[in-house]
Amino acid sequence: MASFDSTFLDLGRLDNLSYNDTIIHRIDPRAKLLVTVGFIVVVVSFPKYAVTSLVPLFFFPILMVYLAELPVGFLLKKLLIVSPFAVFIGIFNPFLDREVLVHLGPFNITGGWISFGSVILRFVLTVGAALILIATTSFPGICNALDRLKVPRLFVVQLMLLYRFIFVLTEEALRMVRARRMRSFDKKRPGLKQFVQMVGLLFLRTLERAERIYLAMRSRGFDGEIRTVKRLRFTLRDLLFLSLFITLFAVFRFYNPSQLLGNLVFQAFQQ
Amino acid sequence: MSHHIIDLQNVHYRYPDGTQALSGISFRIIHGESVGIVGANGAGKSTLLLQISGTLLPTDGSVRIGEIVLSKKTVKEIRKKIGFVFQDPDDQIFMPTVYEDVAFGPLHLGWTLENVEQSAIKALEKVNCLALKDRPPHKLSMGQKRAVSIASVIAMDPDILVMDEPSSNLDPRSRRQLIQLLKTFDHSKIIASHDLDMVLELCERTIILGEGRIAADGTTQELFSDEKLLEENGLEKPLSLQYQRLRVAK
Repeated sequence: MASFDSTFLDLGRLDNLSYNDTIIHRIDPRAKLLVTVGFIVVVVSFPKYAVTSLVPLFFFPILMVYLAELPVGFLLKKLLIVSPFAVFIGIFNPFLDREVLVHLGPFNITGGWISFGSVILRFVLTVGAALILIATTSFPGICNALDRLKVPRLFVVQLMLLYRFIFVLTEEALRMVRARRMRSFDKKRPGLKQFVQMVGLLFLRTLERAERIYLAMRSRGFDGEIRTVKRLRFTLRDLLFLSLFITLFAVFRFYNPSQLLGNLVFQAFQQ
Repeated sequence: MSHHIIDLQNVHYRYPDGTQALSGISFRIIHGESVGIVGANGAGKSTLLLQISGTLLPTDGSVRIGEIVLSKKTVKEIRKKIGFVFQDPDDQIFMPTVYEDVAFGPLHLGWTLENVEQSAIKALEKVNCLALKDRPPHKLSMGQKRAVSIASVIAMDPDILVMDEPSSNLDPRSRRQLIQLLKTFDHSKIIASHDLDMVLELCERTIILGEGRIAADGTTQELFSDEKLLEENGLEKPLSLQYQRLRVAK
């Protein structure tokens, strides 16, 4: 359970990153959110066997990581942690789809492997883009953007409270884990029974806290609807950022730059 | 200004599980008064505060804030008058940024945006936390959290401040800053605390609770010098007064 400490600190690190001050961090959260969503839609919309046409899209995460001065190793590690999900989604493709599509020298590559590769690439691109969004935009900023983009209030409020209390909750859990560890000398892991008890206790504490929070909200006039102050300003720079990237994504979707470049080089050699 | 009066008459409260928490509390606090509420653990301090804030309704007796008698219908009005500062700032501060949290109360009282902005900024200035306004609360120190939770309450411009253990978990410097800050407020204040030295500094009057009753009600100086009374109620003479006596004895 020692990893609990580091998981908690990792969460804090991602959050800390979002409060840096770079060109990317300063862009209006709405613009970043829309660009990220646009990016994800474009990536997902490619046909099943797309591999080479996806590669050029890596320019976006790479550029963002560079401009926002994000630690690459840290982000890759995060990607790796969630990667099993993507692998499981794609892992059966090579067995089901055995039609040979590409001959690469002595190797025959089946459609299944290509679509598997495509799934992995898409995973890296989309989850990477989402991670970058979180690392470059403060969470309250994202909530504010969602709110302004007319996402239902209920969801936004859920996210806001989630962000506010996930740190309080994890810290409470962390204290419990530490207290247990200090008095359980040899046994490294709690047994199932103990674990269930701890989770139950944490749940009860959370319930009590929720009651106190509700009280605090009531005593400040909460009547079922959360109102927030609007404090975002959409500038020309944000508009430029938004339109530039959306245009680029559209171009990459309908023309394959690597193929265009390849053709160009090919033609040059032919002449 | 008669409307800042808090008047409790023969208040009883029994929790649904049968615990009799308050049995016959009566007192009257007038405008501008600072009153400390002290007593052993389980003496009924928190229950009493919850009565005053309208969270729990007395099973018998009445609570009156100004001209309004506390009941289910008037809770909303009462809450506008009372600023309740919770013991744990993590309960009190629930919005994702400091500014949004301080603006929450005024916003929900239906003030105009301009007024909301003004009062939030003013409240943050008052507690010296304006520089923190865009921070998320989990990045604040305990002292800062406490200050922000006070700001989020005074932004609503309450008549009466009710505080539950305001100095708990604070380091000596933050505690000192808090005391200095509270001294600058001219609201009526009700402070429940185990920190008798702080009560001695902030409140002219003190009510000692014991087993759901008022064990004593008088000037703080007088009550805190009565060692026998304090001991009977699980309390101890504040250090500052003990030290005084030592000096005299020498």
